[in-house]
Order: sequence, then C-alpha cells, then structure tokens
Amino acid sequence: MWTWFYRLASPPFVYRTAGALMPWFLAAAAATIGYGTIAGLAFAPPDYQQGDAFRIIYVHAPSAWLSLFAYTTLAVAGAIGLIWRIKMGHAVAAATAPIGASFTLSALVTGSLWGRPMWGTYWAWDPRLTSELILLFLYVGVMSLRSAFEDPGRGDRAAALLAIVGVVNVPIIHYSVVWWNSLHQGATVAKIGKPEMPGSMLWPLLAMFLGFMCFYGAVLCMRLRGEVLNRERQAAWVREAMRS
Amino acid sequence: MGGYARFVWPCFAFVFGVLAWNLWAAGRYQAEARKRALRSLAMMGEGQ
Repeated sequence: MWTWFYRLASPPFVYRTAGALMPWFLAAAAATIGYGTIAGLAFAPPDYQQGDAFRIIYVHAPSAWLSLFAYTTLAVAGAIGLIWRIKMGHAVAAATAPIGASFTLSALVTGSLWGRPMWGTYWAWDPRLTSELILLFLYVGVMSLRSAFEDPGRGDRAAALLAIVGVVNVPIIHYSVVWWNSLHQGATVAKIGKPEMPGSMLWPLLAMFLGFMCFYGAVLCMRLRGEVLNRERQAAWVREAMRS
Repeated sequence: MGGYARFVWPCFAFVFGVLAWNLWAAGRYQAEARKRALRSLAMMGEGQ
C-alpha cells in the first residue's frame, strides 16, 4: 500500500496527471459557472426578504466555501509533507495557498458588499467575519513564512507547521454562526435534512459550488506543474520532459 | 436588480476578476517555471 502511495506522489506522475486533468477541470468550470451565473442572475426569483440582493450568494458562498476547502487542503498537504517527508505534499501546499488567499479576499469583499444593504454596514466585528479575516492573515502568514527562508526545505516545514496550527480556525469559521450570536445568517444549503431554498434558487448555487471547485482544480493543476518544475529542475525526468 | 444593482454587480465583477487573475497568475507561474527549467537545461549544455 505504501509503495502505491509513494508512487502516486512521485513528481513525474504528479506533473503528468496535473497536465492531463487541467483542461477537463477548466471545461467543467466554464460550463457550470456559465450556467450558474446566467441562471442565478436572470432566472432565479428574488428572495422574499432580501429581494435581488440575495443574488450575491451565487458568488459569495462558493468563494467562502473554497477559502475553507483550500485551507484544509493546505494543512493536509503540509502535514503529508511534514510527516511522511513527501516533497509533493509541500508542492501542493505551496500551489494552493495563493488560490485560497484570493478566494478568502473574494468572500470578504462580497460579504461586505452584501452586508451594507442587509445589515446597514460594510463591516462588523462579528465572529464569522472576524474569523474569515483571520483566515486571510493565516494564508498571508503561510506564504510569507515559506519565502522567508533561504533554504526552501526549512521554509516548507515552517509553513506546514503554521498551516497545521491554523487549521483550528476552519471549524471556528464554520460553526461561528452556531456557537455565538452572529449577524451572519446560518446554514442554508448544508443543512442536515432539507435545504431552505427552492430548486430554482438552489440549482444555480450548486452549479456555482461545483464550478468553483473545478476552477480550483484547474488552477491548482497549473500552479502545481510550475511548482514541480521549480523544485525538480535538475532531475533527469524534467530534462526529458523539456526536450519533448 | 430592485435597487440593489450597485451591490450585486460589483460583487460579480470582483469575483470574475479574481477568477481571471487566478488563471493569468497560474499560467504565468507555469510559463516562468518552464522557462527556468529550459534555461537550466541549456546551461547544462544539453539544450541544443
């Protein structure tokens, strides 16, 4: 089993697999995000309380979800690199950090723009908003720490440690609306039992979730290929790949 | 947009900007890495 695990994490395999998967992810992302945007903006009915302002959910919720998913990936990949000393774990962590940071910023900006008409303010030191802001600082911290060392190996290990410690913030963000009094609304889609949305609103949102995940997959593959090339520049297989 | 256009459109514009930036930055990162690998190959005298 371990042989299989290590073979799966070999740089040439990762490089080739990422190259093969990338166009499929990108095509799926274009189709689902295209459908979700058109259906969410033009065909979903306005919310009975929030009116058309609710349409912000189609970009806000997938961005926020992706910010958490990417951070969990970052921490798990860092842990794999740290515990099993698998180089590709650190490569995945390095590739995922800027993507996750950009979607965290996106969740904060769209949330702020949604908050103004609904709460009367762009920002409040609310548990959900504050913990999401801490997530952005964690991403910036992990990226800065990785590049702060001259020895890339030490940078990888330090960044992985910070990522693992910071993962405690992920459940805090998710459950902040349950644990504390929050301006932010509770779960609507991921509710156990039945989501509180009609199909005409829900399907475009699910398409956007899927589209953002596929987009993340595509961009991660692209960045990962670059990361592998940077780390394995002197390897014989890279020379072969560059010649072909 | 029922009076909410000035909030809804900037959100979509910002997020699509983030998507475009991600694609551009990832493509550039990959291209730079490829260039560096090719340069290192040429320096080793195997580029020709």
